Amino acid sequence: MGFLEPVGRLALDALEFHGRCVTLLGLTVRGLFRKPFDGRALATQVVRVGVDGLPVVLLTAVFTGAVLALQTYVGFKRFHAEAWVGSVVALSMLRELAPVLTGLMVTGRSGSAMAAEIGSMRVTEQIDALVSLATDPVQYLFVPRILAGIIVVPMLVVLANALGITGGYLVAVRLLGANPVVYVQNTFQFLDLNDLWSGLVKAGVFGFLLTLIGCQQGFDTTNGAEGVGRATTAAVVLGSLAILVSDFFLTKVLF
Amino acid sequence: MPGSGGLPEIRLTALSKRFGPKVVLDGLDLAIAKGESIVILGKSGTGKSVLLKHMIGLLTPDAGTVEVEGEDLWGASRSRRDEIRRRFGMSFQEGALFDSMSVGENIAFPLKRHTKMTPGEVSARVAECLSLVKLHGIEGKRPSELSGGMRRRVGFARAIALKPEVLLFDEPTTGLDPITTDVLARVMIDLRDRMNPTMVTITHDLKVAFEVAERVALLDRGKILVDLPPREFEASDDPRVRAFVQGDGSEDAESGSPEEAAV
Ligand SMILES: Nc1ncnc2c1ncn2[C@@H]1O[C@H](COP(=O)(O)OP(=O)(O)O)[C@@H](O)[C@H]1O
Ligand SMILES: [Mg+2]
Repeated sequence: MGFLEPVGRLALDALEFHGRCVTLLGLTVRGLFRKPFDGRALATQVVRVGVDGLPVVLLTAVFTGAVLALQTYVGFKRFHAEAWVGSVVALSMLRELAPVLTGLMVTGRSGSAMAAEIGSMRVTEQIDALVSLATDPVQYLFVPRILAGIIVVPMLVVLANALGITGGYLVAVRLLGANPVVYVQNTFQFLDLNDLWSGLVKAGVFGFLLTLIGCQQGFDTTNGAEGVGRATTAAVVLGSLAILVSDFFLTKVLF
Repeated sequence: MPGSGGLPEIRLTALSKRFGPKVVLDGLDLAIAKGESIVILGKSGTGKSVLLKHMIGLLTPDAGTVEVEGEDLWGASRSRRDEIRRRFGMSFQEGALFDSMSVGENIAFPLKRHTKMTPGEVSARVAECLSLVKLHGIEGKRPSELSGGMRRRVGFARAIALKPEVLLFDEPTTGLDPITTDVLARVMIDLRDRMNPTMVTITHDLKVAFEVAERVALLDRGKILVDLPPREFEASDDPRVRAFVQGDGSEDAESGSPEEAAV
């Protein structure tokens, strides 16, 4: 069957991709516990991921909160439940939208940048140069980037939560004329600390996945400059998919 | 000097490597004595870089062994392999400088990672390495600000920072103008005479080859075809050597299309 061949190839590619990620993760974990732990490199990556992600994540969060308030208001008004707009916005942001959208934005901003940077190091033999200087390239390149992802994405999510709720408030109070005191009260009335935590755990997992995939795609780049472009795109596509798929399972299994 | 007793610095035995269906090395044998300077010639794409990368363990052989002073590189543990690698310095085709770092940081990189030198000692050693490749006061420059010839010399400087016993040069002069080529050849001869390393050089350039080599080897179809002292190599009547020696200029033109164009 003609159509089975591409399907089969896709399955093999997926298997190989998965295998590479697991192998490189193993090397990263080993590198994490081996001697030269480079605190400076970690700090550099934390700042870079944070600074790069901040504006786009904040904008995304404000507008998501705002549109969410607008939409739920329209829907809830039909059965006179406008009062609960604040609760819906807060719950959706904390549990779901802030971590997922932040993860996707950081993938586009930093996961891709990591793939491009490491990919161009691969094709210009800088990775070979690291090995020739008796330096483990996985330890040197992956450890600070993946740790930075795990640390920074939850931090960005905390800000995204705050901005999302603010966006919802502005729309509800300024645009739709909701009572500010009631709105704020309803926003926090049904929130549970667990809602915040579950979002932050997700954020940590997403930060881990998107940096691992970004680094892996760069590290396994072949075919010169053209390959760097392909690795960059693949880092975004595969990173986003990994976030969406793992989000489902995290939601289902953990919370 | 060649054959002055003891184990060879590098010994490759029955080395084979393929990429997919393409056989690049096919049961290759080569031994290089301590302190010897060998040049490996071969057409573009025959596997010279692949051969060189096996010597320092950048590629894993499909079959055969790589021994460094009698120690099997791939039989050793990972950390032992890194210790062995510290005896090598490798210069890459385009320099392979870390472009996230300045020139000085590039050369300081191995010193900071593998020695306990103080910052003062590091910057003194960096300046010393730069002067060995006839460069001065460019520590603060970025690799992107340098010309091709300077980038390669900084690559040399980084390679010699840890005072290695073995120097590997991958096409140090390819794609450079004749004057810069002469400068680089002189730097290499100077390094050879000062440090007396074991030296393996890959080049297309016969002039450079005969200047730096004590042995000239021709790589062809995955094996070492001819392995002779420079004079005898030049005078050899093997048709493939003749083709190489006579076709000196045309060789580059012929092989230059895919790889050089990309550079
Ligand atoms: N990592 C790799 N993956 C696939 N093919 C490779 C790889 N490295 C080298 N090759 C192939 O091996 C052959 C020899 O390459 P190389 O050693 O770079 O040639 P050269 O003699 O010009 O240095 C080429 O055909 C190249 O395409
Ligand atoms: Mg080459």
